[in-house]
Amino acid sequence: MNGFNKENLLASGHRACPGCGAAIGVRQILKATGRDVIVVSATGCVETFTSPYGQSAWEVPWIHSLFENSAPIASGVSAALEVLSKETKVVVISGDGATFDIGFGGLSGMFERNSDVTYICYDNEAYMNTGVQRSGATPYCASTTTTPVGQYSIGKLENKKDMPAIAMAHGIEYVATTSIAYPNDLMKKVTKAINIKGSKYIQIHTPCCIGWGFDPSKTIKIAKLAVETGLVPIFEKEKGKSLVSKRINKKVPVKEYLLSQGRFSHLFKEEEREKIINEIQLLCDKNIEIFNI
Amino acid sequence: MLPHGAVCKPGQSRLNKTGSWREFRPNVAFNNCNGCGICESYCPDSCILIKDSVSIVDYDYCKGCGICAEECPKDAIMMEKEVK
Amino acid sequence: MHEKKVMEGSVAVAHAIKSAKAQVIAAYPISPQTHIIEEIAKMIADNTCKSTFIRVDSEFSAASVVYGASATGVRSYTASSSQGLLLMSEVLYAMAGTRLPVVITGVNRTVSAPITIQPDLQDSMALRDSGIIQLYVESIQEAYATHIQAFKLAEDHDVLLPVMVCMDGWILTHLYEPVKLEEQELIDKFLPSYKPKYMLDSKAPLTYGSYADDEVSEFRFMMHFAQEKAKEKINSIAREYENVFGDYFGGIIDHYFCDDAEIVIVAMGSVIGTLKEAIHEIRKSGTKIGLLKVRSYRPFPGEEILDVVKDAKIVAVIDKSLSVGQGGQLASDLKAAFYNKKAPYVLSCIAGMGGREIAMKGINKIIEKCKLALENDSVPFTEYIDLKEEYLK
Repeated sequence: MNGFNKENLLASGHRACPGCGAAIGVRQILKATGRDVIVVSATGCVETFTSPYGQSAWEVPWIHSLFENSAPIASGVSAALEVLSKETKVVVISGDGATFDIGFGGLSGMFERNSDVTYICYDNEAYMNTGVQRSGATPYCASTTTTPVGQYSIGKLENKKDMPAIAMAHGIEYVATTSIAYPNDLMKKVTKAINIKGSKYIQIHTPCCIGWGFDPSKTIKIAKLAVETGLVPIFEKEKGKSLVSKRINKKVPVKEYLLSQGRFSHLFKEEEREKIINEIQLLCDKNIEIFNI
Repeated sequence: MLPHGAVCKPGQSRLNKTGSWREFRPNVAFNNCNGCGICESYCPDSCILIKDSVSIVDYDYCKGCGICAEECPKDAIMMEKEVK
Repeated sequence: MHEKKVMEGSVAVAHAIKSAKAQVIAAYPISPQTHIIEEIAKMIADNTCKSTFIRVDSEFSAASVVYGASATGVRSYTASSSQGLLLMSEVLYAMAGTRLPVVITGVNRTVSAPITIQPDLQDSMALRDSGIIQLYVESIQEAYATHIQAFKLAEDHDVLLPVMVCMDGWILTHLYEPVKLEEQELIDKFLPSYKPKYMLDSKAPLTYGSYADDEVSEFRFMMHFAQEKAKEKINSIAREYENVFGDYFGGIIDHYFCDDAEIVIVAMGSVIGTLKEAIHEIRKSGTKIGLLKVRSYRPFPGEEILDVVKDAKIVAVIDKSLSVGQGGQLASDLKAAFYNKKAPYVLSCIAGMGGREIAMKGINKIIEKCKLALENDSVPFTEYIDLKEEYLK
């Protein structure tokens, strides 16, 4: 495992929950970028736990503006760096809410302009910072505070928005998915992306113990399970080349993944909701087929 | 205070000693630790470092999440109740 | 040597931005701002303007792009109007709070609903609390001059706030007039390149946009204090421009025939041009009338206005906008500045919304209302000068 001797650019003392997947993600990203980077973040967990005034955890230049505009801000930073002839990389680290929902338009615009920015979305699958409300990234049947389980509700009814496909549809230079469970894969992809000119999109699956309902020590275990079921396919697509995916060594039934988290516990209460679990298993099987994992 | 709209200096989060949050603390059995660095790459708080091929915990900041103990391939880390 | 050419107002603004050497420009089209950005695009295409122009997907993105660029240490510019200004308002508040010296052209156009593309000040009025400095111009030549002055003002280390140059849509953007384009060398000397106080730089990392709890009080106060300081800067920059280029359009205010005036009309924007001509005519008939031009609306020159009009009997304030539920914004700000002081009466007059022309008839009506108020020793809160009664039945 390399990387442990790389400089640590997220200082201790930040206010992330113990076991925070997003914090692990940020640390791994910064190991890959090194110091010569400007990071742009949207409002969200990462922004909030890293930047109280006078107690910033960022060792690299960092800018937070608003919730929906990390992409166009990054476009502006990139344009300015070009004017100043500086080689510094521009990386966005924003959450799923900011990326899939409120920042969607601005992100699409950035892709269309092919701004020289690596847009990294840390996906904890809900608006965690404001109290676990559903986002476009929340998976089917997950319980959140705005899609709570009740007598007439089994959680979120809609499917997870396929942002990597949307990114690929823009024809940008590089699109990849990864997980904090595989730091080498994550760091390799970030390193590759920042050295490509144009727009790049990387989506990192970052489990949230508070929001998903599991013990903080299990963050990495659950991140691995998500990949091993096929629910979170890991792949990369460079423009002009074929899609390359990470094969699963031993496929795990999705039931095991669902059982591990409080947000799916309603699928196992009273009678097991076989029908729904089968639907989710089908999603996994489809991914396994499409991505050849 | 910098007079420039909420712009501040880097790395000052270190003023906030999050070690006070913890209920359990990780203890590394140096004999079993082979310095592989897996704990370091998974720690959310940058508070376990590899020094001289073993893991050293920075107890000023460790929040006691237990990921290091869970992921250690050598079972070299045990979580024990914090004594306040 | 300067050049004098007949050109559209929008083109004059484009020339100003080009000559100010804005480095990153981002904009999204909205009438009546479009000709400004189209002209800039043409200049870039012909390589006469060296700016980087980012064509964005919305005004929100436009403001965000220049926000990011300005924070990274380059001179940045955007322009919008009406709905576009409202859409970017969230970013504009953040821009002011983060003390980024972006220059914005606010092409004044009213705000939906009802939708119309006609000019009034409802759009820029919606941003008066943001911390952005607002300068209102009367003519095309003034628009050209004020944009150049705006960069110097914004980038001053004691100010460091965005500056919005407000110009009436269509009336100033689409009119053709002879415009004096100044010599580039003199402009470069008047407006040297931007030297940021802080910026995003991997060699000296900083954290921008951290969250503060009740320190917000201090940050907000510092913005307010910077605007207070900006008053003298607006004045001194205007005088410096006059020394170099020979043109003066006022500092934070300007005034005409106020020395002996009994009635003073206070207004902003292109209506000043109309009023200047009217004042001459009206004076001939013996009415002692004066005109006070508000050039800087934020920072608000309340004391300075009072100083000029203190001996008048009544002041009529023209608002081409309405704070629905309260009244005219310029008038309300003036009343607040006059309160608790020995000051003339203030008559708030709403006129010219939705592009309705303010002509001699309207001005005479204002004077009538002023005289009536003085006679009765009673001033109504608001007078609507040009409402069409037949529509209201």
